[in-house]
Amino acid sequence: MTEGIATPGGGWRRADGPPAETRGKKRRKGGRRGRGEVAMVDDVEFTSYYGRPVIKPPVWKSPEVQLYLFFGGASGAAAILGALGEFTRRPVMTRSAHLFAGGGALASVGLLIVDLGRPERFLHMLRVFKPTSPLSVGSYILSPFSALAVATAGLHVLGRWPVLRRLGAVGSAVFAGPLATYTGVLLANTAVPSWHAAGTQLPYVFGASGMAAGGGITMALSPVAEAAPARRFAVTGAVIELAYMHKVENDHGIVSEPYHEGKAGALLRAAKACTAAGAAVTVAVGRRRAGAVLGGALLAAGSALTRFGVYEAGMASARDPKYTVVPQRERLEARKNEHASTITR
Amino acid sequence: MTSISSASPAFTGKDPKNRLFGPLPDVTAEAGYDEGHPKRVGFFTDTSVCIGCKACEVACKEWNTLPMDDSHGTRDVIGLSGMSYDNTGQLGANSWRHVAFIEQVRTVDLPMPTFGRPGDDRQGNGPSPAAHDHPDAQALGQASVLNAEALSEFDPQTGQSGSDKQVRWLMSSDVCKHCTHAGCLDVCPTGALFRTEFGTVVVQGDICNGCGYCVPSCPYGVINRREDDGRVFKCTMCYDRLTDGLMPACATACPTQSIQFGDLDELQARADARLATLKDQGVETARLYGRDEDDGVGGNGAFFLLLDEPEVYGLPPDPIVTTRDLPAMWKAAGKAAVMIVGAALGAVLSSRRPR
Repeated sequence: MTEGIATPGGGWRRADGPPAETRGKKRRKGGRRGRGEVAMVDDVEFTSYYGRPVIKPPVWKSPEVQLYLFFGGASGAAAILGALGEFTRRPVMTRSAHLFAGGGALASVGLLIVDLGRPERFLHMLRVFKPTSPLSVGSYILSPFSALAVATAGLHVLGRWPVLRRLGAVGSAVFAGPLATYTGVLLANTAVPSWHAAGTQLPYVFGASGMAAGGGITMALSPVAEAAPARRFAVTGAVIELAYMHKVENDHGIVSEPYHEGKAGALLRAAKACTAAGAAVTVAVGRRRAGAVLGGALLAAGSALTRFGVYEAGMASARDPKYTVVPQRERLEARKNEHASTITR
Repeated sequence: MTSISSASPAFTGKDPKNRLFGPLPDVTAEAGYDEGHPKRVGFFTDTSVCIGCKACEVACKEWNTLPMDDSHGTRDVIGLSGMSYDNTGQLGANSWRHVAFIEQVRTVDLPMPTFGRPGDDRQGNGPSPAAHDHPDAQALGQASVLNAEALSEFDPQTGQSGSDKQVRWLMSSDVCKHCTHAGCLDVCPTGALFRTEFGTVVVQGDICNGCGYCVPSCPYGVINRREDDGRVFKCTMCYDRLTDGLMPACATACPTQSIQFGDLDELQARADARLATLKDQGVETARLYGRDEDDGVGGNGAFFLLLDEPEVYGLPPDPIVTTRDLPAMWKAAGKAAVMIVGAALGAVLSSRRPR
């Protein structure tokens, strides 16, 4: 093959194009981890149509969706804790967990409805059940969960029918786990590069983040004598969240970049600081009232910031054509090298 | 239960019939239409004969009564994009055809590029093209310039401006790809998006509840939400016209047959022949896009003949339907849910009971 200008590519480039579509200058120094991989993407070159994004960024409402992610995770985790609490002698912790779970479930439903462009048509969500649509599956998780969680919380308030209440608690706990983790799939099952690449990790991040928040809030609302399971649950969640978030932020080459940069990077650094501090406070002074409240608040804040940060990183990766084009180019090149003889493109 | 499990490779990950990913010879039957369904139809957009007249855009807007918007999708605003002759800018809720316009130059005579701002050259500071600094390759390159001049006859988008620079205009009428594996359709939670009997993908406006999930799920960035309305809109391949045996408005309006409408298999054969002709004439940059049934979306119902890399036109070079990876994600979500319950059990059991 000659490398003459009539060969593919042909030396054509856009007239009056921007000086460079390499983003060397744009990269930031601070807050980068996993240098090896991130450094490799400094020199990437790619072509785009006047710098416009290839895919459409999500049109979801902010902050409704991030708060929905937060409340879903936190109330789901709290509901599980509450259901187990029903069968141990921890009446106040059980009650706090269920009151928060019920409130969070109501908030989730409200936020989801507000996010729809046509709220009056929420019921269309339940028109079909589609395993290929995480939002459809999620609607079928959220609906029974919120009904049962609100009922359980209501029975706690009424203080009657303990058997019915326990049934409600167990029922809501069945849907609570999937509720806390499906949101990871919800974000990842899109063409948004930084979410899609982390598709098998985000469910763990969101689930663990829900544990930290739900456990932390339950701990803060309960007397310390009863709250030992909440403390352990919350700290376990915080540790898993930090570990999986580290993978999300470093495992995916160029599409991990948005997790470090700009607003998303700042949010996620704050999230890590809050979660780590919250876990440390809980372990150190969680057995005292003030420590429990502070630790719980920090863990909840860390969890919320994680949602906002992950969301923001995805938005950034959708807005910049680099994150769509470069990985696809690399994929094509790799395939071409794999069987150079059969590919004619 | 059997119907659920057979209908949900998304959960099981077992997909022998390529319902999520891979070539699918009869997408219409897969969607549930019976034997006698019409053949799958499509668009073949041959950008080598596109003149950028935008008749398709106008015809589409007229027929489908789409509202006016500017190049960023802002409604009822007249605005010039300021970047090229393209003031439509992108596909969206209100623009179902979008004629991309790219002016390209290349240096043909001079040993070095005349203006060498860093990165200006598409080849950039990577391994630089041999044509520029290797004497033999340069000679080869110049030989092929003569060739290219001869070719410009066949390539209406190429012209000369002066002796050292060649200019060409790339124009391409972009449209919804009506994928074999359509991400938007897969993720729609209400069933508003559906596969028609013609194998196309259409939104039912009265069912769409504006959740917007299809918007980021399209690997091509086609479908979008109309802000003041709340619902999503995209090309229907003029479903209403098809049911009456008419061609879609854009294909009807196209004066150069750049937009060809017909049965998909016929169009594919025509496209292969056209590509072979162009290659024979030496237009080596020509390639088909979306024609390959083995690609990440199982091939497109609306495919293209392009004269440069897809991303130059704003198209993704290797799109993959997001649902391909969904089984792995569901599996992770299931395990993570079990993890939460396990952690809660562990926390409760390991804590000493009060009192």
